[in-house]
Amino acid sequence: MSKYLVNKFLFTVDRDPELVERYRADPGGTVDWWEAERANVILNLPTGERSTWLTFTEEERQALATHDYPKLFELGAHNFLTLTLFIAMFERDYDEPLGFQLEYARRLSHFALPYPDIST
Amino acid sequence: MATVAAVIASTHHPFYYRASTSTSAGRPPFADEWVAKIDAFRETLTRARPDVLVMVGSDHFHQLWLDNMPQFLVGKAPFYDANYYNEEREFGLPRMFLRGNEELSAYLLREGLDAGFDLAFSNELRIDHSVTCPLITLRPEADLPIVPIYTNIFAPPLPQPRRFVELGKIIRQLVEAWPSELRVAIIGTGHLSLELGGPRQFGPHGPDPEFDRKAVEWIASGDLKSALAEVSLDSLWLPGNATHGFMDFMLMMGVAGENVAADYVDSLDLFHTMEAYFTWYPEASR
Repeated sequence: MSKYLVNKFLFTVDRDPELVERYRADPGGTVDWWEAERANVILNLPTGERSTWLTFTEEERQALATHDYPKLFELGAHNFLTLTLFIAMFERDYDEPLGFQLEYARRLSHFALPYPDIST
Repeated sequence: MATVAAVIASTHHPFYYRASTSTSAGRPPFADEWVAKIDAFRETLTRARPDVLVMVGSDHFHQLWLDNMPQFLVGKAPFYDANYYNEEREFGLPRMFLRGNEELSAYLLREGLDAGFDLAFSNELRIDHSVTCPLITLRPEADLPIVPIYTNIFAPPLPQPRRFVELGKIIRQLVEAWPSELRVAIIGTGHLSLELGGPRQFGPHGPDPEFDRKAVEWIASGDLKSALAEVSLDSLWLPGNATHGFMDFMLMMGVAGENVAADYVDSLDLFHTMEAYFTWYPEASR
């Protein structure tokens, strides 16, 4: 399990307008590219000083590649990171204010307390 | 010595800026009542005539990240740029530029370390909406120098609630002992019950109105004993998965003082979360 890396994906995509659009349009391709090129980049170090050990589990890769945010919640991805990025990608598809946010809540409605652990 | 001109605790609702500035068709029905409450709240800071603002908030995964996460951090810089692309995108927040007060930052760091808080620091900090929202509500001119203090209410493992209270008490003591003639307002923002990215998010009111009722009572009366007895890192998951932001309110209760009732209390039950506003005037009780 690599909750940290899932969070790192959500974090680095969310802060980059081009990546937000790329991930919306091509989730599978974006996840594959990101895992190959970006997963091991330490964010405040030169790219040559990267890590060598970070990979997604198959379950995490699949959840990200299919925009499966209920699964990301189940896996313990940070709730704020997931919500913020998915609002950026999908709020525009709903006519009503908070339409996507309410759909998001509905799709998570099978979860009861305690929620999956988000500790990293 | 410096004067603590006001202690202010409030929620920080990133939707306020857009709600209060929108016109005609886009203006939500609750905007006018919200603006009226904020105008009254703003006056509680204005009348304190502050020279400098100590601002307690929490970075929302903007600059501070899981590869290097401080628990408590003091900004020490001459200036702070503020707000981020994703806050502009989601909330319509404007970019801001704020002056710092490095002398007070350095003093709080040195004395805080010596008082037993191993504070992290940043010499180049970009501020996010946990600090800019209270500026927009309380001091929209953003004309006063600030000292930002960030807490980790976001990325577990978190410090215990009592540490937030203790830090608040120390901030109060240190500001009062600061050799300066300036008037300092200490302002901190957090949350009552709140759910983000979970099944209870964006309901018709906050996810746990009973928690909110108790929390407002604790803050308004300075009832740290009850707050500390009932609140734990585990218990805060129950009212909503983002309710650990309440610990910033507990920090501000530490600043205000045990059993010191707030001089100004107001709240507003909105969809999604309850807004709450508190002001204390320590000078008046001296």
